[in-house]
Amino acid sequence: MEIVALTWFSWLGALQAGSSSAMDVMERGKEIANEDRTRKGTENASVAIKVLFFARARDVTGLTDMPLEVSSGSTARDCLNKLIAKFPGLEEIRGCLVLALNEEYTPESAVVKDRDELAIIPPISGG
Amino acid sequence: MAKYIKFVQSPHCGATATFAGTTRDTFEGKTVIELRYEAYVPMAIRCLKSICSAARSAWKIDSAAVAHRLGPVPVGDASVFVAVSAVHREDALDACKYVIDEIKASVPIWKKEVYEGGEIWKENSEFLERRKGGCCGVKVKVGDCGAAAAATAEGCDRARIGE
Repeated sequence: MEIVALTWFSWLGALQAGSSSAMDVMERGKEIANEDRTRKGTENASVAIKVLFFARARDVTGLTDMPLEVSSGSTARDCLNKLIAKFPGLEEIRGCLVLALNEEYTPESAVVKDRDELAIIPPISGG
Repeated sequence: MAKYIKFVQSPHCGATATFAGTTRDTFEGKTVIELRYEAYVPMAIRCLKSICSAARSAWKIDSAAVAHRLGPVPVGDASVFVAVSAVHREDALDACKYVIDEIKASVPIWKKEVYEGGEIWKENSEFLERRKGGCCGVKVKVGDCGAAAAATAEGCDRARIGE
């Protein structure tokens, strides 16, 4: 049976390209430490991901997406912390956010890899 | 909607169950002017396929179709439509209910309600309830977004978003 999937956006907010900060602002997570942080500068110890913002998260940041550079071994939680540092308004909704990595829901402890796509997902309301 | 019903129907199926979600004109006493939908489209399609796949595993269904509109949806219009066919009505009805329940709990689609005095992003209680158990999908034995679908199956016979 043929699967047909079409997509169509009739409405999108204004896009604004964001630039990630090269500054490595890290908060040590409870579960996975960023061991590479101590080696930064002597190794290629950063990964570049793409972050997507939806609904209320997009309202807060003003962005639909942005690149983000984090230290190798960083978790999704580390990425979120870095985003909250850049956009403090996200802290208010942090408790109800879930994250998706490469189009699959992910726990915050998941380690992000180079060219991953991290989506910031506020409470959904489809259907 | 008729084309989705036509799509799922076949001569050996005795039942076609459908669900259409339509926008209400009031919410908590406020007059709704319109709803605006957006989605993380690639992931939403992946989730819908996974949900259909799970429905297929749990019930003896023949075909399934799901459609969800994006953008502005006027009051009274259908924003989501599900059609499921099966030989027997129990399978069709139960699978149809499962699909819409799962959509409301897990598919990354968002709705903004626009009132005369303002607007607000809605939050599905089904999503919030499930999230209490951890990351979305932890409590879900079937229909786990993106997780099982890749490994298994046929997925949704037709998943359309944005029509």
